Amino acid sequence: MIGNLDVVTMELQLAWRNIWRNPRRTAVILTAVIIGVWSMVGLGALMRGILIGMIQNNIDTLTGHIQIHQQAYPDDPAIEHSISDPETWMSAARDALPAGSRWSQRIRIGAVVSNARHTRGAILMGIDPAAEARLSFIGTAVTEGAYLADGDTGGILIGRALAQQFDTRLGRKLILTAQDSDGEIVSRAFRIRGIYQAEMADTEKGFLFVNRQSAQQLLKLGNRISEIAIRLPAHEMAVPVANDLKARLAGSPLRVRAWPEILPLLKAYVEMFDTFILIWFIVVFVAMGFGILNTTLMAVFERMREFGVLKALGMRPGRIVRGVLLETLLMLVLGIGAGNLLGLATCWGLSITGIDLSAMAEGVAYAGMARIITPVVWIRDLLRANLVVLLLGLLVCLYPAIKAARMTPVAAMRHH
Amino acid sequence: MGTIVECNGVSKSYRQGKLVVPALAEIDLCVEAGGFMALAGPSGSGKTTLLNLIGGLDDADSGTIRVDGREYARQSKAQLADLRLHRIGFVFQAYNLIPVLSALENVEYVMLLQGVAARERRRRAREVLAVVGLEGMAHRRPAELSGGQQQRVAVARAIVSNPSIVLADEPTANLDSKTGEGLLHLMQRMNSDRGVTFIFSTHDEMVMAYARRIVQIRDGRIADDLHKASEHR
Repeated sequence: MIGNLDVVTMELQLAWRNIWRNPRRTAVILTAVIIGVWSMVGLGALMRGILIGMIQNNIDTLTGHIQIHQQAYPDDPAIEHSISDPETWMSAARDALPAGSRWSQRIRIGAVVSNARHTRGAILMGIDPAAEARLSFIGTAVTEGAYLADGDTGGILIGRALAQQFDTRLGRKLILTAQDSDGEIVSRAFRIRGIYQAEMADTEKGFLFVNRQSAQQLLKLGNRISEIAIRLPAHEMAVPVANDLKARLAGSPLRVRAWPEILPLLKAYVEMFDTFILIWFIVVFVAMGFGILNTTLMAVFERMREFGVLKALGMRPGRIVRGVLLETLLMLVLGIGAGNLLGLATCWGLSITGIDLSAMAEGVAYAGMARIITPVVWIRDLLRANLVVLLLGLLVCLYPAIKAARMTPVAAMRHH
Repeated sequence: MGTIVECNGVSKSYRQGKLVVPALAEIDLCVEAGGFMALAGPSGSGKTTLLNLIGGLDDADSGTIRVDGREYARQSKAQLADLRLHRIGFVFQAYNLIPVLSALENVEYVMLLQGVAARERRRRAREVLAVVGLEGMAHRRPAELSGGQQQRVAVARAIVSNPSIVLADEPTANLDSKTGEGLLHLMQRMNSDRGVTFIFSTHDEMVMAYARRIVQIRDGRIADDLHKASEHR
């Protein structure tokens, strides 16, 4: 135990001096590590940004973080599977929601929309305009006309793509037809108050917004609703909060689902992206790893005679392995540090304006991506990139280190 | 004085491609503790090979080697390393100092491996550098020292941990005669003052003149073993 710190200090000093014996070679390998780590951090953050944008898009487009339905509704979204007395349930659930959460009650039912020339199926959304505006995209999506006002029982919001398809405009009427709670077919005319624009044309064609009271009257629902949508302050809270709600509402006729359950395809996409990011890290490392291995091999072979002398002086083989790995560790730490700084600086620079993909708007919308991508740095990704470089870097250097340690002193001193 | 080195029937050969070249054949040798002995012979006679085997730097093909009471064949690699670290000092023909360390750090390094505390390490390294006449050059790196000065650092490194035996492979081969003689004086003083056993290989007559015992090696065999009556000068 004598002077362990002292030994480490001298070994670090020796390793530091050794890596600068050949400054050009060290500079080359440091450059490789810096570029590798920079690309891992930078592209990792961009991929994460795309992913977060996709989640955000989906959450905004009427999904929310959590939805509460009547038990049978998710499998059969029919009018009879509505929630009775939603206020009672909401007051039971409210305590589970973290500060900053927002929620809204909705009617969501299949309907047929038509005018004189056209007819198509769509989803009728009965919303509380003020609450919904704080929850989903519709609050800021109206580009022509006005957003629904509370108490406007005759107004409807339609998407731009539907307006084009139906060749209609603001102020015109549309007929909504649906099945009411008695099983009867009911119709009613609504006047177009606003036209909204969404990320995807399918959303613009598929969703019609009216006041919740109007929808409840039309469908003879009383105070019943189809769903309660909840938006939380952060995506990561969705699953734990949903689990808490499930526990609180256990035994009720309600079913609580967080967004990964509502959007299994997106969940699978998120998981695939996670794997993809890790594969990307490993691909970058493989390119970098050969450089590290080659440099370390050269450095070890160049100094093989010296290792022989050290062994002759009484250095144990394990200590030689430790010495070579310490030199590699120092180089990697330097490269990783600089690569991280460069990567984070790049992310910061790109996050000021984001990368605008409007020129490819249709394509990115089809892929479910946001039009402006902003890099998002996750500590987990950062740690993963650094660990991949550090651990695999040390691993590839084990070969030259063991090679140096295994030779007899005489063989090492004779090595050319 | 007891025996510090004992070789019985030691043989060693090297492979050069498919060819097996014998280097030592059936060597029997005993060295008394406190001796000052030269292994003499022409280049390629096997003296360096014998020195390497005595130092545990290489493995013998057959025979037994016992140094300071320990038989090499029974030691693990780590035990051999520890034996070299604590009981044997080496001086090489090409000095073999660590280029990134100063003279003082080169001398200290062996003690670092031994686990000697920093302050004690520094004190002993300075002391032994003063003994070899390099107190003013402690912070110079090997590249900033002459060949003779580097070899003095190598001697300081070899003796600083108070080994029982120092093995020197042609220690004066790269030095001019004056510097070489100075080094031999130094080694002789270590031998008489500290009782360190010195075994050195050489083919230099001047070096042999300093030895109290000269073992002549020729074609891998001991050709002559001369014990002198009195010490040189």
